[in-house]
Amino acid sequence: MTWTNVIVQGVLFGGFYALFACGLSLLFGVMRIINLAHGDIAVVAGYTAVFLVPHLHIAEVWGFIVVVPIFALVGYVLQRTVLQAALDRSPFTTLLVTFGLSVLIENLLLEIYTANGQSVNIGSLIGNSWQVNSTIYVSWFELVVLIVAVAVLGILQLYLSKTSTGRLIRAVSDDREAAQICGANYRHIFGIAAAIAVATVALAGISYGILTELTPTTGGSQVLLYAFEAVVIGGIGSLWGTLIGGILLGVAQQVGAHYNPAYQVLAGHVLFLAILALRPQGLFGKKEALT
Amino acid sequence: MSATLVPDVGRTVVRANYHPAILVTGAVVVAAFFSLAPWILPAAWVSVLNNFFLLLIMATMWNLLAGYAGMVSIGQQGFIGLGSYALLYLALKGMNPFAAIPLAALVAGAIAVPVTFLLFRLRGGYFAVATWVVADSAMLIILSISYLGGGTGRPMPGLTGLSPAQYNHDSYLATWLTALVVSVGTYLLLRSRLGLVLASMRDSETAARSSGARVTSTRRWIFVIAAVGCGAAGAVLAISQPFVQPGNAFNINWLAEMLFATIIGGIGTVEGPIVGTIVYFVLYQSLQGLGAWYLIIFGALAVAVALWQPGGVWGLVRDKTRFELLPVGYRVRER
Repeated sequence: MTWTNVIVQGVLFGGFYALFACGLSLLFGVMRIINLAHGDIAVVAGYTAVFLVPHLHIAEVWGFIVVVPIFALVGYVLQRTVLQAALDRSPFTTLLVTFGLSVLIENLLLEIYTANGQSVNIGSLIGNSWQVNSTIYVSWFELVVLIVAVAVLGILQLYLSKTSTGRLIRAVSDDREAAQICGANYRHIFGIAAAIAVATVALAGISYGILTELTPTTGGSQVLLYAFEAVVIGGIGSLWGTLIGGILLGVAQQVGAHYNPAYQVLAGHVLFLAILALRPQGLFGKKEALT
Repeated sequence: MSATLVPDVGRTVVRANYHPAILVTGAVVVAAFFSLAPWILPAAWVSVLNNFFLLLIMATMWNLLAGYAGMVSIGQQGFIGLGSYALLYLALKGMNPFAAIPLAALVAGAIAVPVTFLLFRLRGGYFAVATWVVADSAMLIILSISYLGGGTGRPMPGLTGLSPAQYNHDSYLATWLTALVVSVGTYLLLRSRLGLVLASMRDSETAARSSGARVTSTRRWIFVIAAVGCGAAGAVLAISQPFVQPGNAFNINWLAEMLFATIIGGIGTVEGPIVGTIVYFVLYQSLQGLGAWYLIIFGALAVAVALWQPGGVWGLVRDKTRFELLPVGYRVRER
């Protein structure tokens, strides 16, 4: 029964990783770039929830209702200014600039808020869990995050396939020049895609801050790496693959942690490297997505 | 045929737009000065120079990777850490730490060979993040080895017999000689046939491939060479600390510094990393005591340079004056 519990806990963690990853996956799908500051933006959102929301006289568990729209706006503005300027140069420049932003954000957080961990405090709600049997506990909060992750991916999928803006995003991602000829303003479309990506990762960052402590370096060494591993394991370009990738990463980490807590993260890396060796296009990806 | 590529109508083909003897003399004078630095300069300056050459090695390697072979690695700190720990291991086994530096660097390179077969399945941004995963994995594995000190680290053995003055002296000379070998080696590499392939890849990968350049195997060579260089940097770092600890040896700030120095100095030029490292140390010295602000300002500067002056400081100088201090190509000169 302990193994069942290990797997259940892994699946629950997978919700966080899928939520980290869907913005990264969307931006790569639309613009062919990786935002190396992706994880740091999640941490800034978490810090915003820690330091801003207590002043707003609302229950902290609802803080995301305020913070997520702010970050959607941040994402749009960031894309239309710095990221678009970098993209106009080359994908290479985008990598350099987003890495620079990542270092800037981490060190600014370090200077302003020190290296101490910060948590989003939602009181006793975090402790609630559902005891399935003597060995399996399901934390309500982690279950909610998993459901939210599935819902976010489902809504995103519907949005991309059913709405006119969603179709524009796909058109620009398939063939930018052709979409431009048909009158699409690709810069605005990129901005919308970035707004969605940053909003989802902000939600992920706040949730992670509720579950555990955020430090200035959480964004790079945890959020970005886990998001990236979830995307590659699931298959680049497949949104549902990202969910499966996140869940498999969560399970691998929990299995590693079961042997020795020190192996938790390493087990995830090993799964990622094994996928890279055996099936580089990922479980649900297409080979063409690699080039 | 090759002799008649440029018809003899009063033109010659030269590398530099100054006399080659100036380059050789200049190099000898500079090398002599830095070799004698511990006898000439105050100890505080020698310590700054030690850190300067450490960053110069790293920036030179990152420039080779990203500026010439087009591989943005954000995992070079992994090879720095592996070089540090390889040296620690060899010293624990009884080798003289100074003598073991080349071997430690080769260990980092040997680990890089199989790694390339995994990493080269990914391109661009995915390649970049994957290099970090590899670096993080290396650190996590080292952390779990208690012989190498686990998370708390271990002091470098084999240095206790030296007096403090002798130790500072030797550790500076080790860093300087490593930097000299890495810089001269990189310069000669870029002037060689491989350098020609690299320059063609940098300018257009498709054109290079269609002209028969072995792009993938060249990339593999460069990745391994950069791992050897960063491993050497890690080894001399371990001696100059002289304490090896995962949080320092595998610190992502090494990567940030080498990357920013390369971009600010001028990516894809031989002189760029040198200029960038000088800019870094001027900033670092003037912002001492302000914590992480030097890195914030240095990073902001690098972002601005990448966006608005992608050639960096040296690119600007070269475009304005057409002067190349360390030429790797050829130019036609009227006689």
